[in-house]
Formats: sequence, C-alpha cells, structure tokens
Amino acid sequence: MSAAPRTVRDIAAGVRSGEFTAVDVLEQHLAAISAREGDVHAFNLVLADAALERAAAIDADVAAGRDPGPLAGVPIALKDNMCTRGVPTTCSSKILADWKPPYDGTVVSRLAAAGAVTVGKTNLDEFAMGSSTENSAFGPTFNPLDTSRVAGGSSGGSAAAVAAGFAALSFGSDTGGSIRQPAALCGVVGVKPTYGRVSRYGLVAFASSLDQIGPFTHTVADAALALQVISGHDPADSTSIPEAPPDFSAVLGRGVEGLRIGRIADLPAGADPDVGERLDQAFAALAAAGASIVDVNVPAFTYGLTAYYIIAPAEASSNLARYDGVRYGLRVEGADTDAMYMATRSAGFGDEVKRRIMLGTYALSAGYYDAYYGKALRIRRLMTQDFDAAYQHCDVMLTPTSPTVAFEVGAKTADPLAMYLCDTYTIPSNLTGHPAMSVPFGTGADDLPVGVQILAPSLGEPVMLQVAAQLEREGIVPGTIPSRGAS
Amino acid sequence: MSGPAGEGIVPGTIPSWVFEGWEMVVGLEVHVELATRTKLFSASPNRFGDEPNTNIDPVTLGLPGALPVLNRHAVELGMRIGLALNCTVQRCTFARKNYFYPDMPKAYQVSQYDEPLNIDGHLDLPDGSRVGIERAHMEEDAGKSTHIGGADGRVAGAEYSLIDLNRAGVPLVEIVSRPDIRSPEQAKAYVSELRAILIAIGASDAKMEEGSMRVDANVSVRRPGAEYGTRCEVKNVNSVRSVGRAIEYEARRQIQMLEHGESVRQQTRHWSDAEGRTHTLRDKEDADDYRYFLEPDLVPVEPSPEWIDSVRAALPMLPAARRERLASAAGLAPNAESIGVIVERGQDDYVLAVADAGGDVGRTIVHVQQAFAEQPAQPNVPAPDLAALTSMEVANEVTATQAKTLVERLLADGGGDAKALAAELGFEALDTSALDSFVDAAIAAETDAWAKFRAGDGKAMGALVGHIMKASKGQADGKLVSQLLNQRRASND
Amino acid sequence: MAKLARLALTPEELRVAAAQLSGMLEHFADIDELDLTQIEPMTQPYHLVNVMRDDTEAPTLDRAEVLAEAPRAEAGRFRVPSTGGAG
Repeated sequence: MSAAPRTVRDIAAGVRSGEFTAVDVLEQHLAAISAREGDVHAFNLVLADAALERAAAIDADVAAGRDPGPLAGVPIALKDNMCTRGVPTTCSSKILADWKPPYDGTVVSRLAAAGAVTVGKTNLDEFAMGSSTENSAFGPTFNPLDTSRVAGGSSGGSAAAVAAGFAALSFGSDTGGSIRQPAALCGVVGVKPTYGRVSRYGLVAFASSLDQIGPFTHTVADAALALQVISGHDPADSTSIPEAPPDFSAVLGRGVEGLRIGRIADLPAGADPDVGERLDQAFAALAAAGASIVDVNVPAFTYGLTAYYIIAPAEASSNLARYDGVRYGLRVEGADTDAMYMATRSAGFGDEVKRRIMLGTYALSAGYYDAYYGKALRIRRLMTQDFDAAYQHCDVMLTPTSPTVAFEVGAKTADPLAMYLCDTYTIPSNLTGHPAMSVPFGTGADDLPVGVQILAPSLGEPVMLQVAAQLEREGIVPGTIPSRGAS
Repeated sequence: MSGPAGEGIVPGTIPSWVFEGWEMVVGLEVHVELATRTKLFSASPNRFGDEPNTNIDPVTLGLPGALPVLNRHAVELGMRIGLALNCTVQRCTFARKNYFYPDMPKAYQVSQYDEPLNIDGHLDLPDGSRVGIERAHMEEDAGKSTHIGGADGRVAGAEYSLIDLNRAGVPLVEIVSRPDIRSPEQAKAYVSELRAILIAIGASDAKMEEGSMRVDANVSVRRPGAEYGTRCEVKNVNSVRSVGRAIEYEARRQIQMLEHGESVRQQTRHWSDAEGRTHTLRDKEDADDYRYFLEPDLVPVEPSPEWIDSVRAALPMLPAARRERLASAAGLAPNAESIGVIVERGQDDYVLAVADAGGDVGRTIVHVQQAFAEQPAQPNVPAPDLAALTSMEVANEVTATQAKTLVERLLADGGGDAKALAAELGFEALDTSALDSFVDAAIAAETDAWAKFRAGDGKAMGALVGHIMKASKGQADGKLVSQLLNQRRASND
Repeated sequence: MAKLARLALTPEELRVAAAQLSGMLEHFADIDELDLTQIEPMTQPYHLVNVMRDDTEAPTLDRAEVLAEAPRAEAGRFRVPSTGGAG
C-alpha cells in the first residue's frame, strides 16, 4: 500500500473495492498512535486488539463478497461519553472510571453496522464540561499542531485524534460548542446537527435539551457521509426527529451562486483580529463565488452566554444526580446514605463539574427559579425568534467559531468566566437547536488554524454543508495546515 | 389543596365528625399502580412478585445515557381514571422532581407538576356526598428498599438496606382529592368507591395489601366554619379500615394538642396499624427543595378530542350507575348494603339476567348477597335456574329455609332444575289446609303460649311457630304460619 | 446549595466556589434589564408532541452483568448503608 489514505471516502472506497485492506488502514493509524499519542493524549482507551479483530472481520466480509457498509474499514474514535457495551465509558471522570455499560448507544450501533472500526475512546472535559479538555480526571489533551496549546473542548480528544491521524473520523458531543470549537482549534471539520437529527440514546447526558452528537473529519464530504450514517429517527429517543434526513452529500458540488450569506451586524465583539480577518476573507471568497452578503441583526445573540450558563448547569445538576454510588461507578462509604452520597460525589467529581452542579442547583432552587432558569428559557425563545427573523433575509450566517486560535495550556484554567467566553459564538445554535459547523479556513496567529462557523436554520444541514464545501474549495487545502511542535 | 371550605359537599347529606366542638378536614392522595404490561418509560415488565432486579433495563436503572419513552397505554389508563372521575383531560407535560433516595435511581422522579393530565373532577359517594378531585396525574414509582438489621424491617435502627428496582418506573396515577372529607366514614367510602371504579375500568388491580393502591391522608382540624388548620400528612395507610382509624386518631391527636394550647406542626407522620397511632416521620419545614423543571427528555402529550372521545366511549358502566340500575330494578335505595355488595362483586349483571329470565329480583338479591360471595361475576348457576327457584318461592311452593338449601345445591351442582330438586328433597309445599292441622296441634300442645298470645303478648308467638316448624320438619312457611296464627286469634276474639 | 446537591466542600473550596458563583451571577446581570413577560419559555429546541411507544415488553438486562458493576450487592440487590432514619 502506497500513500496512506486519509479521508473516510477514500478508505471506505478502497476497502470495499479490495484495493487495500481494513487491517492495513488500521495498522497505519495504530502506528500514528504509537508515534504521537504520548504527546497528544487524545485517548482514554485505545482498543487495538478489538479493532484488529474487527478490521479482519471486515476484510473477510469483503473477501466473501459481502458489503461491510458505507464506513467499511474506517478507523473511528468515540468521545468517551458514548456508551459502548462492555467497554469502559468514563466521561473522563473518577466517578465512572471503571464503569462498563451493559448496552451500546444508538450512534455506536449504527457506526458498527456501517462497517466502522473503533480504535478508541477519546478524552474530554469531565462530563463534557469545558472548552479545553483540561478538566479531565485523566489529564489534558494537547493540540497535535502545537502540543503547548490546548486542543479545545470538550471533545478535544476526538478533534485531536483526527488532526493527528489517529483516526480518519471521530465523534464528539456538542452542548455549547464542544464539537465546533475543538474542530476550529485543531484545524478539522466539525458538525453539530439540528437538535433531534441524531439520537442521544447512549450519550451520557450533560444538558439534555442542548446535547447533540456530531462528526470530526478532514473534509466536508466526509462529514456529510458520517452525518448520513448516524442521522435518522430513533424510537429510543423521544426528542428524535421522525422525518427521514435528506441526502447530505447531494448538494456539496453545487457552489453558492445565488445564496444569501448573513453577516451578523450586532455580533458580540471579542474575536481576535487574526480570526476576524479570516472571517472577512471567507465572506469575500463566497461573494466572489456568486453569493450575496447581507447584513442581518440577531439582538438576543449577546444574551446567549448567560442563558446557556443557566440552562446547561440546571439540567446538568439533575442529570448528574444519579452518580450516587448505589448502582454503578465510584462509591466512597459513609455511615448512612447521605454521608455516602456526599463522600462519593465530592471525591468523584472534579472542580468544574462541582461548580456547574452548584450553579444549576442554585438556578433551579425555590426563590431563584424565576429570576434565573425561568428567564433563561424566555431568552432561549427570544433568541430563536431573532434567528428565525434573520433567516428571512439569508440562507446561512457566518461567524468565527472561536474568538481565538488555540491558546496555551493552563492559560484560562484559573478563571472560569474567561473559559466560558470561548463559547460566545457557538452557544446560540445549541439554544435554538439549529445546525452549525466549523470549517478550517487558513491560519491565524502563530500559524494556528482558524475555523469559520456556518450557522443554518433548523434542518438546514444541506445548505450549511453546501456553503462549507465552497469554503473548503476556497480555503487552504485540508490537512495541510503547517504543523508545528512535535511533528 | 384549594377551594373554599366544604366546597363540593352536598349540604345535609353527610353527618360531620365532630369531637369536642372540632371538625376534621381531610384530603386524600391516592397512588395507584396502572395495569400495564410494561413500565411508564421503558419496556421491561410491570409485574409484581418477580425475583429482585430482574425487571430492569437502562432506563429503570437510571444508567448514564438512557432515555425515557412514554407508554401510550399508561396514558390511556390515566385518561380512563380522569374521565371516570369527571375530570377535564388536558395537554400535559412531565417534570423532574429532584431528590436523593437510594431506591430512586436517577435521583429525580419523573412526575407531572403544573400541567397534569387530569384536573377538576369529582367523585360522588353512595351516601350522596361529593368529594372534589383536584387532579389525577401520572408519575413513575420508586424501587423497594428492604431494611436489614433493625427491628421489624423498619428504617429506624437498620444496619443497611437492600434495593430492588423491579418496581422502579412502574406507572402510577396520583389522585388528589380536595379537602372535602369530614369524617372517617366518608374517607372510607371515598377509598372504597375509588377502588371499585379503578377495578371496574381496568386501570389497576388496586390491591392495597400489595401496595398497588396506596393512601396518604392530609388531616387537619378546625372549629366548624373557621379557616383551615395546619395539616399533617399521614402515610402508610394500607387498608380501607386503616384509613378511618388513622384519620380519626390523627384528628384526635391534633384536637388534644390544640385543647392544651399547643399548636400543630406541619409534619409527615407514619401510621402504625399495630399500635393504632401515628408517629412523626419528619417536619415539613425542612422539606427538600425539589427543584421541579420540565423533563427535557420527554415531549408534551396533547390528547386529541378524538382520542379522549374514544377512551370515554370505551369506558364500562361505573359502579354508581350500576348500583342505580340494580336498585331501581329491585325497588331498593342505591345505597342499600345488598346493592353495594353485589355491584362490588360485579354480580349485578347476573342478578338482572335472573330477573330477565322471569326471576324475582328481591329474592335473587337476597340469595346472591348471602350465598354467592365466593362466586365470580358470572356465577356457575345459570340465570334461568335461579329464576325458577325464586318463582317457586313467590308462589309459596317452598319456604325460605328450603329455598336456601336449594340454592346451596344449585351452587354445588352448577345449576339444575329447582322443581325436581325440591321433589327429590321432599320439599313438598305445605298448603294452608295441611298447615291448619299443624296449627291446631300447636294450640293444643302450647296452651300457655296460646293464652299469652291471645292476651296480646306478641312474643309468645315464637313458641307456637317453633312447635309448628319442628312438627313440619321445616317445611312450613314461617310467614304463612304467623298469618294463620293471627287469623285464629282474630276469629277467637 | 452544596448540601442540596450532596457535595461536601472544604471551607476553602466553599470560599472559592462562592466567589466564582457571585462573579458569574454578576455577569448574568446582563439579562436583568430585559422585559421578557410577553415571551413564552422555550424548553425544547425542536417541537414534537405525543411521542409514545406501544405497551410491549422488550428483553431486560442481565442481573448478573448489572450487579457486577454495583459497588456492593447482596442477595440479588444493591446494598447501601442505612438511610439514617429519614424517609
């Protein structure tokens, strides 16, 4: 086998046609892991043996004339908050450090059925709470492009795994930007689908009304393919959209002629100049390709951060109450059940998780509900109304994904609010439930990648991917971001 | 609880329980487990008595990543309850009630909070009183804790507890009455009537002893007409009889405190059936802050008018209407004991079938009430067979005592020809002429009694009747005998 | 809050948490000026109603596999310390 295939499409096509084997592809990725995982720490667990067995089975299928599926032999990595039967699912928390779920999540089952080969479970901020993957009980993930920098978060391990060539495809969960922001910081494509597009069954909940699973890939076409595999109605998730998803790949080559691209005139300030410059270039590139740029207003955008940091912790405080040491996970004994709860939860949760549990408990408590949680829910409606009104004038909107390029490890750990501000531009689409994605678009300070975020209305994945494909053509060639640091 | 004092009570129909100038004010919260195959939000079995922790799935266990999906049949049973209690069935949502307890797997209970399925109904009791229903909402049950090492399996003093989650997630409907109940008798009648309705509509087996129907009572006392007093919630009331005992005890306890110048603290109290008293479980002031919020993993239920209508149309006749129907056929009052007993057993259809077959309703009711307690709703005696027997009674062809014996034979044989049976047993009817000779003999033998009877001592008739019955070996009709004796006295005067 | 959430914090942790919490609440003050009385709360981002399943059984989990993950089990059940007289 000559040059290692990098993209999902190339790998699946080659494996299905017998041009090369799934085992070969896997071994190349395992070799990359052996070479650099020590510096990157993308994984909580590498499943080399199970993956080799699985790859061999796929090769056997191909040899026997059976089609293993659209992801045949594609090495994938799963964020370690997706339940995998019999395989530890830790959420990068001490409280679940040894937990092996007795079931597979829906996305995990669909990926297996599509022929994917799981190489490992990736690191995250504990329970997906963070923007740098530094809040992991198992240590931070480092940016493969510069290991003195963070990979972003909370799905930092999944973003780093693709960026470092450990997997061709990975999956994360996005509650306030946890796919898009690390994708931007690691120079890969990251998609958060419309809420309900992808089943949450088997995704360990952070904030149930905000969480969505989505892919990390090198290319937009790969993202469309991966999204196709995991989308679609799931009767096990009551919030799953019943309608069948459209063909996400059909529109990728269409260009942007005639599309209206929204520029949010009242976008909250805060992006670094290098990031702002790339965003301007993206608008210019799309205009040159035949799109029109229209100014729109989304006045409630600015309240997103507050609404999010009330709603997400409120739901989390309830979702994480089940970690009580009774049925699974860590237990620290106590004289009575209350003492056991206290000891278990205090020892098992990290600082950020405790902080958010307390914030959420406060926002829901008698006497504060109306002032915080109740008000945040109204802002959520207001924001959705503002976006719906703006989409009367445009098809998609462009913003920066992250206000900055990847920052130094440790730079924001002492100041939670500074860390929360990383999510300013990504949070609104979680509150509205709309789809959004980050596409790499050149580099900024210190030659680190800049991501441009494409926002689309509810169910607007096709037009979002269509514009992303154009930006990909206009921008730098994917996967050629100059790599510094360890490489 | 809301509404003005006494709202919903039909004035003058129910004697209030009054003790030393205080009256009791009671509202009941009744939890019933629904008769579904599976749990409220997951597909493991809803079954009582299985091996511990066998009816479990990711949702029941509260595993990370598990998500609830609502059981349509549970909603439908919830609607049946609402419609049977004259409630408005409405758009509803589910909320999380957050608190820690080891048999509550997610540390929140999914329940309905400010948007319940059913609101604003009422239940009319056999005595004519009406109790308002504030709401009947859906929620999931918790698991079961067994306390080990303490005395008699109670929490206090236990060394540790064992948790079985088979019951966790079983669908419940909580029926919350308004504080309209004013006496132990009324409370018992409410629980009995509610239970009869739940069984009739197939919503629950409503077995209080197995916990599939559980009653909590909110009890307060006040001077009649005054504002509501501070209430206490009494838990662990596990039978209809305990409902009456527990609230009576609790009301007296509160009156005693108030009479001694103390004030009642708002508490949750535990009824001990063995001791016949309530104990403090916890003070309500330090009650948990449940931090209710809408369950984001579930979506609202909006029952369409068509759905509601179809559920309403499929409801069977309710106990009150059945009592009304049977009573009017029998010419009795609907709250007559026999009517209540027969409808509770579901044997009213049978009684009416006997009547349709030409039987006498009054006599049928007597036989069914007395002899059919062990029989199912459709007894093994064919309706025409019992009808034939009651016709013989009406025609004085057999006596009441003989009829009773014949009914027992019919039950034992699973039916039969009453006339042939009577002949076989020698139950020849004694006509008036045959009786006359027995009467003559009795007057001759019991001279004292006859003299007293003539002198107007009604009680003396007993000895005469007894003599005739003995002589006729029970074949004489008691009623006819007393008629004849009265005639003799009148003609001798 | 810590007690409601069943978290035990040291005095130092409490001090830091309280300071951070009040910092955040200060930031949240940006919404104080908003009059939202005419706006309905939005709890779910995608409008769905009447999502229900049939009342049919599906396979249950294996008790042994489940209890193997339990910190303590006894006689087919989860074992916990006493509830200390509450509830």
